[in-house]
Amino acid sequence: MSLKVVGTSVRKVDGLALAAGGPLFVADEIPRHTLVGRALRSPHAHAEIVSIDVSAARALPGVYAALSHHDVPRVAITTAGQGAPEPSPYDTFILDKKVRYVGDPVALVAAETAEIAAAALKLIKVEYRPLPAILSIDAALAEGAPVIHDEPEAEMPIPVHYEPEKNICAFVDVASGDIEAAINAGDHVIDGTYEVHYAQHAPIEPHTCAGWLDQYGRLVLRTSTQVPFHARRITARALGLNVRQIRVIKPRVGGGFGTKQEVLLEPWVGALVLAAKRPVMIELDREEELVFSRTRHPQRVRMRTGYLADGALTGTYMEVHSNTGAYGSHGLTVMTNCGSKTLPLYRRGEVAFRGTTVYTNMPVAGAYRGYGGTQASFAQECQMDEIAQHLGVDPLALRQKLHIRQGEGSPAFAMLGEGKEGVEQIVQSCGLAECLKQGAEAIDWYGKRGKPGDGPIKRGIGMAALMQGSSIPEIDMASVTLKMNEDGSFNLMAGATDLGTGSDTVLAQIAAEVLGVSVNEMIVHSSDTDLTPFDVGAYASSTTYLSGEAARRCALKVAAQIAEVAAVELGCDAKAIHLEGGYAVGPEGRQISLARVGAISLYERNQHQIGATDSAISHSSPPPFAAHFVEVEVDTETGLVKVKKYVAAVDCGRAIHPALAEGQVEGSVANGIGYALTERFIFNEWGKVQNGNFGDYRIPSAEDMPELVTILVPTVEPTGPYGAKSVSEININGACPAIANAIYDAIGVRLRQTPFTPEVILDALDAKARG
Amino acid sequence: MIVEFTLNGEAVRWEMPPDTKLLDALRVQGLIGTKQGCREATCGACTVLLNGRAVFSCALLLAQAQGGTVETVEGLGSVSDPHPLQRALVDASAVQCGFCIPGVLMSAKGLLDQDPNPSEGAIRRALNGNLCRCTGYVKIIEGVTLAAEEMRRRV
Ligand code: FES
Ligand code: FES
Repeated sequence: MSLKVVGTSVRKVDGLALAAGGPLFVADEIPRHTLVGRALRSPHAHAEIVSIDVSAARALPGVYAALSHHDVPRVAITTAGQGAPEPSPYDTFILDKKVRYVGDPVALVAAETAEIAAAALKLIKVEYRPLPAILSIDAALAEGAPVIHDEPEAEMPIPVHYEPEKNICAFVDVASGDIEAAINAGDHVIDGTYEVHYAQHAPIEPHTCAGWLDQYGRLVLRTSTQVPFHARRITARALGLNVRQIRVIKPRVGGGFGTKQEVLLEPWVGALVLAAKRPVMIELDREEELVFSRTRHPQRVRMRTGYLADGALTGTYMEVHSNTGAYGSHGLTVMTNCGSKTLPLYRRGEVAFRGTTVYTNMPVAGAYRGYGGTQASFAQECQMDEIAQHLGVDPLALRQKLHIRQGEGSPAFAMLGEGKEGVEQIVQSCGLAECLKQGAEAIDWYGKRGKPGDGPIKRGIGMAALMQGSSIPEIDMASVTLKMNEDGSFNLMAGATDLGTGSDTVLAQIAAEVLGVSVNEMIVHSSDTDLTPFDVGAYASSTTYLSGEAARRCALKVAAQIAEVAAVELGCDAKAIHLEGGYAVGPEGRQISLARVGAISLYERNQHQIGATDSAISHSSPPPFAAHFVEVEVDTETGLVKVKKYVAAVDCGRAIHPALAEGQVEGSVANGIGYALTERFIFNEWGKVQNGNFGDYRIPSAEDMPELVTILVPTVEPTGPYGAKSVSEININGACPAIANAIYDAIGVRLRQTPFTPEVILDALDAKARG
Repeated sequence: MIVEFTLNGEAVRWEMPPDTKLLDALRVQGLIGTKQGCREATCGACTVLLNGRAVFSCALLLAQAQGGTVETVEGLGSVSDPHPLQRALVDASAVQCGFCIPGVLMSAKGLLDQDPNPSEGAIRRALNGNLCRCTGYVKIIEGVTLAAEEMRRRV
């Protein structure tokens, strides 16, 4: 089969509209007289609200609503935009009588202008009774630690271990067999602990949500979300409404990366709209976005691995401590993904995984691109280098020897799922060997490694191998609706949420391929809970794989309907017809244009709407694979680490749109480099983050970026649409370990804690000099 | 106060409170192509050209445009008639979420107006104030390079 549209880098369907600066984002188009919504936030990391009085704020001219916990329904929810029932605890309220981190919302106001809203916040009187705050994983688990979630409503909606009275948000302990025996069967045992830090997604468009009541009194929310259907369901629960009373519209989204998988603003805006009886918009400011929305779970990952003298692994025990901050959003599943998105990468013998997610009085973690894979890849890939170093073998060769192959499975697949057991899987496509080979060539691995140079600036080369998944098996569902117009064009309505990733274009390509037309014939609409069919949303690396499959199936149904109409016109059997170049083509070169088919079906004969809806569910989560290589310079005088060149070789199956796939790689890598080197929170002793702005929380700029080489290694995944797997998450996982390994090559110092700031490097060099 | 200036080639006369920021003035007037990402002069989403120079409109008062010329993304081109920079960025697949893109376009236009044949280093320098979280800048740089070539061909 030769593909015409799939595999080509067509113009992104929304590209020109975005480049023209049209009114595409939430804040660009709001109803007249929309009020400004703002939150009052806690100055305390942990405190009880003894009393709160919003009456003076409410009385201020220009204020239309001022709400405290007295004024909103007391219903415990999770903000995690996951399928129902969510594998995250119900431990969050629209507003609560207790605050659990610096920045926790205390009250909400809606006012005519931002100035009046700010003045109203100042008029709110709150009396706090400060409680001792927990500011580390160890403090959370200490005997007699204060309990962060002592409210009786806190519960886990699924049957898993949840122990809030001990500050335990989630706990998992699984093994494929006798792990101690397996580890001890090795000639050597390595036991290492690796720590990764807080970070934030930093989409350039902050969370933004506008809401109003429509002419029927329904609540309409136009919101920058990755999960419109989950946002509708969770908001309904929080406000005591029915799902049918809410419409969620997702316009263009200015970046998400996981943080917009959280239902943060929708319940607030809903509560304010219902109270003010006017449209309200909340736009987080940059500090709120960086510190008070959602973050990456900081973690401590311990790995104990037994290995033989020839490098073969006999068993691995991974132990994860994950800090979910004040609320448990994604606390369980990010932790279990630490194991499921790393351990299968190598033939490890037996595997065991124990994970504990704890509550602290710190910023709230959530879904973040990489989703546990980022954290645990740091541990796994540093440890691989340490094993290689101990055995005196090339770390690339060790990985080449041990990595999973096509046709192989791993006990870790079935062991770890998302809130339930995992799904056994055999890898059906794996281009990792080729990624390792091509990546090594592009970085000149054999030529440049082990040559730090003589001057104060040392050079080093490092690498990491990676895997992720594509969708959550036996949980995720996606749907697409297509209908045909009389000019031969199609409306493609997708519940899938394009958040800048280009998924509207990718879905259009897949449908266009089936229907034998160009992408120009596709009019894509995503997403609107009133109009588009259900889709879980953009997360878990599922959109291309799963929503793409829904688009393919839906298009096949429509193609069959077109063939029926064409067959009558051409006087042949429908089975003899194929679609190509905008025509339905029958035997002996007889053909009819799709525009004619559309017009006949709507106006002329046997009138009916050609169209269909179809869904896809996933039974497996085929891993994409990648090999990342990096060249760094370490200035031993200043401690500054500079990335000179970064190579990402990636097997994402067949790239439906190669340029967009590359773009996903490049953006992920940039974010990973920022995480490894400059992005971090600076806390004061009270648990307040001091650097909630782009001046002090440094994400990479154009001049910061090194030369970046992306290599797409094509494979064909039999379960994916046209052979596709996922691409967007995996590539954020490589920078931390690859850079750490490169730093080791440059200066002989093994860093087991991120980020690699100049102070860290200088301290490490100091320690090394002192022996 | 009343501020008179040239906006995308047309003379305008806007009456607004004296402390109005240029960013807010533009958006209130319906020129919503200029985005707000921080209001702290740190992200570049609000970049416009004032008297030919790329500036953060969140950090300027409308009053500072008095008697000057302001160019925004709306003045560059439209979906049906895009500017070479707009077309090139789309063709290079540099537009992911697109939220940073209007600001990127204005910084790039400011550069190409001065230097029609910029080096990669010059492009990176000109765009250094425009944060993009989606692209890693690779395709943005490619797009600006492509546009510069196209524009040189045209003259
Ligand atoms: S909004 Fe002006 S620089 Fe960010
Ligand atoms: S394209 Fe999304 S921030 Fe640049």
